[in-house]
Amino acid sequence: MSMGSDMYRQQILDHYKNPRNYGDLDDPTFSHVGENPMCGDEIKVDVLLEDDGETIEYAAFSGEGCAISQASASMLTDELQGMTLDELDDLDRDDVIDLLGVDISPMRVKCAVLVEMVAQDGAAIHQGEKTSIEKTTTE
Amino acid sequence: MSSQTAEPFDVERVREEFPILDREVGDGQRLAYLDNAATSQTPDRVIDAMSDYYRGTNANVHRGIHHLSQEASIAYEEAHDRLAEFVGASGGREEMIFTKNTTEGLNLVAYAWGLNELGEGDEVVLTEMEHHSSLVTWQQIAKRTDADVRYIEIDDEGRLDMDHARDVIGPDTEMVSVTHVSNTLGTINPIGDLADLAHEHDSYIFADGAQAVPHQSVDVEALDVDFYAFSGHKMCGPTGIGGLYGRKAILEAMEPFMYGGGMVRKVEFEETTWADLPWKYEAGTPLIAEGIALAEAADYLKEIGLDRIDRHERGLVEYALDRLQEFDDIEIYGPPAGERAGLVSFNLDGVHAHDLASIMNDHGVAIRPGDHCTQPLHDVLGTAASARASFYLYNTKDEVDVLVDAIDDARQLFG
Ligand SMILES: Cc1ncc(COP(=O)(O)O)c(C=O)c1O
Repeated sequence: MSMGSDMYRQQILDHYKNPRNYGDLDDPTFSHVGENPMCGDEIKVDVLLEDDGETIEYAAFSGEGCAISQASASMLTDELQGMTLDELDDLDRDDVIDLLGVDISPMRVKCAVLVEMVAQDGAAIHQGEKTSIEKTTTE
Repeated sequence: MSSQTAEPFDVERVREEFPILDREVGDGQRLAYLDNAATSQTPDRVIDAMSDYYRGTNANVHRGIHHLSQEASIAYEEAHDRLAEFVGASGGREEMIFTKNTTEGLNLVAYAWGLNELGEGDEVVLTEMEHHSSLVTWQQIAKRTDADVRYIEIDDEGRLDMDHARDVIGPDTEMVSVTHVSNTLGTINPIGDLADLAHEHDSYIFADGAQAVPHQSVDVEALDVDFYAFSGHKMCGPTGIGGLYGRKAILEAMEPFMYGGGMVRKVEFEETTWADLPWKYEAGTPLIAEGIALAEAADYLKEIGLDRIDRHERGLVEYALDRLQEFDDIEIYGPPAGERAGLVSFNLDGVHAHDLASIMNDHGVAIRPGDHCTQPLHDVLGTAASARASFYLYNTKDEVDVLVDAIDDARQLFG
């Protein structure tokens, strides 16, 4: 028997089972929620900025979902530390998929990019570049 | 019943009529197609009925004098009679409207009857297990007419709570719209009893037969329903075609749903009169090839025997439940074997249904993860998503074994 999908490499499973940066920040600079209606995944991202108002000091996430969306949230929140909001804005979907390090089947790409979309929307709303929306959705 | 229908059929011979079942998926996995509640596969003779029509008969219907149009019209119109007979409607074509699918059947009645007849204080009664096609439709029509929607609750094993049904269906009820078989729980609802309740209170009853007509013998007159809808693509037919049964007297009185050519008798600048049933409800050029092929699918199922198909699927679901119940990390939704139709929705502890489906796919197993268009029901079940395996006449116990092996693989991977 095959060892399961190529998507479910050790790294992904490790982040799914032991998510990094999981939970709520006490005093986030901004916070935003998004969902992937296809999977029923919902993720909240909290971001704390440094005093310069641009550099991410810490990012955390919470919510439930499939292994791909959870692992991607765990990895991306790790990656965000020390990044500026401009750099966050420059990320595209391939960057997250590269981070995951596996081939994501087309039907599951939305699961992978959910956290990135939520973080970017949260930042854009915080900076007044986007009108406030209650929830980001991958649809 | 002839003795032939008592015997099981030869699954391998059935499978020969469905070439798609032989194909491989992924990197050479044998396909185990267990997503039949979403869409069934199509036997050669139904595909042939479509292509024969285009190769030999293709023309517009109802209005031509030329030879092809006559042939096409007769075949298309007769297809209505065949479907009417298939679901036990003695009124023939006059009681059988061709629609795009079950969803359109529901919308047809919700718009043509509901929008005109419902008003403040009226109630539409649904169940907690309704598919979005019925739930969203009546919810929105009720909003537009100031009517209320009430939901019959389910018990812990996914059966309708009939005591609650007796509470909810009352003098203000104008429509009871219930699914015959739940596409998520596999529950087979007591439509006849619900029809009695509805009629006691002068309400109509609409049964959604999307998951019933493909799998069991249905008799709309024995069920005593006023409307009954189903989809061709779930019963070995093509996509884009479905049927709506309606009692003749109601269809005669009801307003049309869509306007245009084909549904009219006489048109003047100010006034129009409607064509005879069922054409009054089929505006524009209909799905001709699909309608003819749908009748072929109904004939095919009748020849195999709905009772035998039902028994075959119940055997499969019983086997699947036995195998899944071996594990205490699997939660199964819906009633016990014997009470359920040929599908099972479940969750594996610690593995999201979408991950499970991805791993299944690596084994060639096609199942469906998600909410199966029953989000409110999933709220009641306390989960956002579930995995669903749904069987049909061509499925085998071997395929159930492959499913269970794939679940085990997911368990190892995530364990
Ligand atoms: C119980 C039930 N009702 C309605 C539908 C809608 O069918 P369709 O999408 O063919 O309109 C389905 C199928 O998804 C179903 O399972």
